[in-house]
Amino acid sequence: MIRSAQKNSIDAKKFDVSSTVDNQWCPGCGNFPILMTLKKALADVGCTPTDTVFVSGIGQAAKLPQYMNSHFFNGLHGRALPVATGIKASNPRMHVVVASGDGDVYGEGGGHFIHTIRRNPDITVIVHDNMIYGLTKGQAAPTSQKGLVTPTQPRGVYDEPINPMTLAISLDAPFVARANAGDPKQAQDIITQAMQHKGFSLVDIFQPCVVFNKKNTYQWFKEFSYTLGPDHDPSDRNQAFARATEEDKFPLGVLYQHDRRAVFEEMIGTYDDDKRPLFERELHRGAIDALLSTRK
Amino acid sequence: MGHKLSKDFTIVVAGQAGQGIESVASVLAHVLKKQGYHTYVAKDVMSRVRGGMNSLMLRVSNERNDAYREKIDLFVPLDPRAYAHYAKRFSARTIFMGVPDPAHTTSRGDDKRSIIPVNFIQLAHDVGNRIFANTIAAGTILGLLGTDKEIGTHYLRSFFQRKGEKIVDQNIKAFEKGYTIGEHAAFQEDIHVTMVPKNDVEDYIFLSGAEAVGFGAMAGGCNFISSYPMSPATGVLTFLAQNGRECGVLVEQATDEIGAINMTLGASYAGARGIVTTSGGGFDLMTESISLSAITETPIVVHIAQRPGPGTGLPTRTGQEDLVLARHGGHGEFMRVIFTPGTPEQMYALTAHALDLADRYQIPVFVLTDQLMMDSLYCAPEEAFSARDVTQYVVETDSDYKRYALTKDGISPRGVPGHGAGLVHSDSDEHDEEGRITEDMDFLRKEMMDKRLFKRKRLLEKVALKPDRTGDAKAPIVVISWGSNKAVLEEAWVKAKNVKVQIAHFTQTYPLHPSVVDLLAHARTVVVLENNATGQFADILEVETGEVVHERMGSWNGEPFSVEDVTKKIRAL
Repeated sequence: MIRSAQKNSIDAKKFDVSSTVDNQWCPGCGNFPILMTLKKALADVGCTPTDTVFVSGIGQAAKLPQYMNSHFFNGLHGRALPVATGIKASNPRMHVVVASGDGDVYGEGGGHFIHTIRRNPDITVIVHDNMIYGLTKGQAAPTSQKGLVTPTQPRGVYDEPINPMTLAISLDAPFVARANAGDPKQAQDIITQAMQHKGFSLVDIFQPCVVFNKKNTYQWFKEFSYTLGPDHDPSDRNQAFARATEEDKFPLGVLYQHDRRAVFEEMIGTYDDDKRPLFERELHRGAIDALLSTRK
Repeated sequence: MGHKLSKDFTIVVAGQAGQGIESVASVLAHVLKKQGYHTYVAKDVMSRVRGGMNSLMLRVSNERNDAYREKIDLFVPLDPRAYAHYAKRFSARTIFMGVPDPAHTTSRGDDKRSIIPVNFIQLAHDVGNRIFANTIAAGTILGLLGTDKEIGTHYLRSFFQRKGEKIVDQNIKAFEKGYTIGEHAAFQEDIHVTMVPKNDVEDYIFLSGAEAVGFGAMAGGCNFISSYPMSPATGVLTFLAQNGRECGVLVEQATDEIGAINMTLGASYAGARGIVTTSGGGFDLMTESISLSAITETPIVVHIAQRPGPGTGLPTRTGQEDLVLARHGGHGEFMRVIFTPGTPEQMYALTAHALDLADRYQIPVFVLTDQLMMDSLYCAPEEAFSARDVTQYVVETDSDYKRYALTKDGISPRGVPGHGAGLVHSDSDEHDEEGRITEDMDFLRKEMMDKRLFKRKRLLEKVALKPDRTGDAKAPIVVISWGSNKAVLEEAWVKAKNVKVQIAHFTQTYPLHPSVVDLLAHARTVVVLENNATGQFADILEVETGEVVHERMGSWNGEPFSVEDVTKKIRAL
């Protein structure tokens, strides 16, 4: 499925935005390699700017669509997933990708995360996981590790961090993976697989925040992670769950993958007999009038 | 002695939740309509699934009277405990039919109360099961009113057909048993319906307020709804869920109101025509997303079925307490439109219009109703609800498309992803014409605010609806209503015969039609009738016109205004 490297880099360029667009990320930010990786993965799967929609909430990661030459909807903090679901449901021809941060997806949008996995629309969710709040200047995120001292956690974080991998596997999400921004090649491969997988695909990407998180650095993520080997069977839910609970060293790669669940836009019935997106459809005048006459 | 039910009369059927009073009302309303009588049904329910004390009021007349009337002409309790609940609505002429309660049904001197003892439950047991009590009650009432028995049995046959022949037969037996008792009682008590039927009523349709909004949504081209259940707004979601497949509406129950509105905004961004239905508390959760709709210029229609608050308030009662919330909900400054229909025809037409307006001007548009309207069953001419033409405002984009292109009138052509060579960028940050973040305060911020607020305001005032005015335009006192109070105010105004008073019903409460300033300025006294404590529309009128509202006629006890109450108020002006 992955085409030659040279062709890929040409294809990836079509997702570049004009050089006049002012990038608001800090120099050295882990968001840069994620952006580059994403463009390559989109090219890998044959996406084009006009058939791809990026959706994000608010945060530094949520600015990613601004730097991507595609359609985008940059909405409210935490609310990217329902927006993405609505887009996919209204026009299943679009490739819908959510790119947002850990605070956005797991914190403010935690409820949507759970219920979107239950609905299982065919969307790809890229979570930039830097274990800190960047845009608001360094407070704890739901993924912050215990003991991390921040301006609003002066005694250190004491809440248990969320484990997005176990959470997603427990909800039987059909594709659950973790990557590291410090290893763009592997990340590209994982994102490509996520894009190709039909259904809700989660890729949590370790992303160093070079300004506000002095603990979870490029070096730290490298040291405290390892790549899943061929012995891991991603179709085995129990094995995936066991791997996902490992926290001394976080496993990278596809933890869990299956095709046992139907996707949202195919369950709702809207596209059973008519494949057109909603905006191309006409009023069902006859059916509405027929229904009215039953009220006599 | 004797009772002549001549112009219009009110029946109240009361019982516990789960006793089937809805089906009694349904049988009565359909049979009476076939007989040429107009019937309006209002619900009075407690917030519980079983037990409690609920009632349905049927106003039967040969004119259309869709307002709440306090006085009961015929009271039919399926449970004797109902008497105490409705005692304040009994008059000296009330006919009681059911298990008597000596505290309420003992004759008092010269009053003309008719007391017809019927034990519906006992009779139901005689037919074979207590579940037939409601069919017996329906039969007894229709027998008492002297309606055509065949129409009743015919209706029951079609109503119970899908439950099998045995159920049909038992219900018809129960109905006939009741009918005979009612017929006999009418003879004994000398009760006659002398009302002249009207033929055209026979072809009218019955629909609830929730269905009127639902039909309006469909007719307005709505093809997407995601909402979270909340009384009294759920009926619209249920109606669309039941019929969406055939009628082209994608329906998804969300897991909270924030998800509901964001899913709908996503759909709208992708070119769907979306609506959400909720009540005040649910809308509280949606307000940030209204602001999102405004800055991203993503069309959405929000139906708010109001109920009394604050907090959980009175979940199954009625009120008009969320107008200010709809007017101001959402941070920042931007334009919106608020429609406040007063009849089923207006609920239908304005919901359809709201969807058109939202798409045409790329703004959030509100339709405000309330529990009274949602749960009422209306009898109305079918023509008023037939499907209409829908205008599609989405354009095919070119490669140089700019979602927020600055134009003279402030409206940028609306592209959607997957339709044309352009890219559609929607951004909740302040943005440039292409939809990318900007902090250019000198030019872009000013232009974008002008586009969303001032230019939109000018456009929307031009298409604002004028109030419906009745009476002498020179009459010195103007009584104003909005939303559900249209029917009660119009009927009370006719009954009060106060020539000093003219009335005006507002189907659009924001922005106001420019002529409203004159209406208020020329009146000696301006009175606003509304179901809230502070005078929310009175406030909007004062702020928007600079004129003074002299009297705020409020009610906030969770009950609708009654014809009697408003008639008294208008007489006293």
